[in-house]
Amino acid sequence: MAEKIINRLSFKIGGEAGQGVESSGAGFAKALARGGLHIFAYQDYMSRIRGGHNFFQIRVSDRPLYSHTDEIELLLALTTEAVEKHLSELVPGGGVICDEELKLEGGSLAEREVKLFQLPLGKIALEEGGSKVMANTAALGAAAGITNYKLEHLESVIEANFKVKGPQIVQANLAVVRAAYEYARQRYAADFGYELRELAAPKRLVLSGNGAICLGAVAAGCKFLAAYPMTPTTGILEWFAAHASDLGLVFKQTEDEIAAINMAIGAAHMGLRAMCATSGGGFSLMAEALGLAGMTETPIVIVEGQRPGPSTGLPTKTEQGDLLFVLHASQGEFPRIILAPGTAEEAFFAAVRAFNLAERYQCPVIILSDHFLATSLRTVEPDRLKLEDVKIDRGELLTPEELDKITDYKRFRLTETGISPRALPGHPKAVYVATGDEHAEDGRITEEPVLRRRMMEKRMRKLELARRDRELPAPKLYGPQDQDAELTFLAWGSTWGPLREAVERLNSAGERANMLHFSAVWPFPEEAAEALKKAKRLIAVEGNYSGQFARLIRRETGLKVEGLITKYDGLPLSPGYILQRLRELEGVKAGA
Amino acid sequence: MLDLKLYQGREKPTWCPGCGDWGILAAVKNALAELEIPPHRALIVSGIGCGSKLPHYMRVNGFHGIHGRALPIATAAKLANHEMTVLVVAGDGDSYGIGGNHLLHACRRNPDLTHLVQDNRVYGLTKGQYSPTSEKGFFTVTSPEGSVELGFNPLTIALAAGASFVARGFVGDLKHLTGLIVRGVKHKGYALIDILQPCVTFNRVNTYEFYNERVYRLEETDHDPRDRLAALQKTWEWGEQIPIGLFYEEERPTHEEGFPALRLGPLVERGLKPTAEEFAALKAEFL
Repeated sequence: MAEKIINRLSFKIGGEAGQGVESSGAGFAKALARGGLHIFAYQDYMSRIRGGHNFFQIRVSDRPLYSHTDEIELLLALTTEAVEKHLSELVPGGGVICDEELKLEGGSLAEREVKLFQLPLGKIALEEGGSKVMANTAALGAAAGITNYKLEHLESVIEANFKVKGPQIVQANLAVVRAAYEYARQRYAADFGYELRELAAPKRLVLSGNGAICLGAVAAGCKFLAAYPMTPTTGILEWFAAHASDLGLVFKQTEDEIAAINMAIGAAHMGLRAMCATSGGGFSLMAEALGLAGMTETPIVIVEGQRPGPSTGLPTKTEQGDLLFVLHASQGEFPRIILAPGTAEEAFFAAVRAFNLAERYQCPVIILSDHFLATSLRTVEPDRLKLEDVKIDRGELLTPEELDKITDYKRFRLTETGISPRALPGHPKAVYVATGDEHAEDGRITEEPVLRRRMMEKRMRKLELARRDRELPAPKLYGPQDQDAELTFLAWGSTWGPLREAVERLNSAGERANMLHFSAVWPFPEEAAEALKKAKRLIAVEGNYSGQFARLIRRETGLKVEGLITKYDGLPLSPGYILQRLRELEGVKAGA
Repeated sequence: MLDLKLYQGREKPTWCPGCGDWGILAAVKNALAELEIPPHRALIVSGIGCGSKLPHYMRVNGFHGIHGRALPIATAAKLANHEMTVLVVAGDGDSYGIGGNHLLHACRRNPDLTHLVQDNRVYGLTKGQYSPTSEKGFFTVTSPEGSVELGFNPLTIALAAGASFVARGFVGDLKHLTGLIVRGVKHKGYALIDILQPCVTFNRVNTYEFYNERVYRLEETDHDPRDRLAALQKTWEWGEQIPIGLFYEEERPTHEEGFPALRLGPLVERGLKPTAEEFAALKAEFL
């Protein structure tokens, strides 16, 4: 047989909800990372607890990965449906691992030159572990065996994952994984064209967007999370709940998202760094209180993990359809800041920045994530997330000593910058009322037109100041510098990964393309207009129907984005999809 | 007893002459003075409505938020700084209508808050529509043929939802009301005080005269506020005789006591960054 392909593999686990697809996948991803490999993993599941089809896809490589691919080399099928659904994604020479009792049509596999690796997974689980429940563990062992990957890393993950269930369960699972590993390695490894080899590399973090936001928020001093569970940000709630006691945090699960944001406002008003996490539906409920935070100049952070709407939409899929909604939500006009991190690393620093910006400009800051970013896993160098790099700036917050010296404190003082020094309730010199009504400098309600005008201008001045803030990440150009590129792609948020890989593939193929990625979308960055004007041809790549970011660019800069590549079927953008749509656009262009 | 002048606000209330809100404002000031809680040690969170402007009319830390949401704001403010005395002041529409969901959960959670409901059984600020506590058949501009809904009974609901302090005051008996607020603030946990309050402009039924003829103090009867069933029965008494006073009180751990993070002192006084060891351990979970 031909020489083996080393450390380049996309591996998919497919099965029903309740079969442990996600936990098995995450465990395998960790085992690969522990062996010094880079991974990118994304999951797709249905909004149900039992039944339906779920999958978890891990791409592994010896170099950093930005995205998943459309093709896979190995499928671990827990159901017949998994084979039916994913057979077309398998490359010739790829393989399917499944239990020997699974009923399959061998013909279609052979037709596609896909190898079938059948194992007695259930039997091994029962004989070695004492329960068929461990068939997943057997399947992972088989995957490691077929790829000849070092078992030790999978063993260490199994030990850690089953530790809470006691030593007996750990031992049973280890026996199962070893037996399946040996069975698969001896019988099939020689016949499979792909191999995974351990690399001598430092251990890397296996991080999702949700996980990164949690780490960043805590590093930045967030002490309060109020939220109602909603896919795809529920992981943030669970992480905070699990760590609240140890880290001295408050996590409050609320009766609804209205309570969640109002609680964040209450906590922030008293002086905490407070956050809530939700999706578009929950954010809809938060709209009124978002304006309250704007009017009372209360610094709060909201994580909005987008999923396809309208309404319940596709509850467990991905989309970028909430940009303009988040930008305009709530009545009236007030400053807000919207961050749209593209990767887990960016999500970590977005969380840190969000709290600094919220306190500096005394306004709500929204971290606009989505299902793809929130739940996809990626290996991250641990040194990229350093506590020393986390700088906490609370903005113009008066200390008790400063307040002692003040004679006439006015919470909403009209200042040149628009920022009024903030004092936390509890000091005798800082007794004031914050109100959602228009108010005077001291907080009393006013309907006086001149004062109203001045207060509006004061608040809105903060947005202009924020626009020039260096902590707001500038759009980043990837690929050849502007004058060399025939084509400039525009992206925001999670589109970063798939687009970055698409751009790399284009350049490897001899084309000159680059991408401009925005991880802060509001206030719209001043320098963006210059960068955009230099581009020869602009194509926006967005996970929505109408090209919301392209519209925002038109509105803010007057520039028309020529081409639009969108996706709104619930699935994430992939490099292959972007290139295919690009060819279609080129075709239209050539035809015209 | 602190000097009442400490609580003197700079703003003149915009309430109608004779409105019950005046009495409630006086009772709040009296209670804080009697409890010797200075203005900077108390926070009053209010909603939207005539009465919710109360914090503007005295000297105290105030948060005058949006309609119906005073309870979650106050619950979190108390979690953030549990050494602050936190009161919630909002009307019947605010507390029982738009904010009704939060009421149920406040009863269950038992945050250490005193919730004063200015219950005038009508919407005042929007000029005279029926409210959740308006009785069935109550005529207003939005119920010209009489309200078709049964009036909401806050005390029954609060008891059923697990409130640890349930009381009713009457603004026409200011001394009694002040005493109830003092007890409510001293109570460790969520104290709901529904306050019967005439709206002299829009409610021609529930007037001072109406209440004066009917109210009697529970404290002057043999009612035992530790008896939940007796309290529940009392909440259904409405007609010729209307009981005011403490219906029910029990000792129960507060919401704040359920959070280990608060045991080292108020959260707002704690450092922000985790230690290097803590952060390293958090990262290690992802390895």
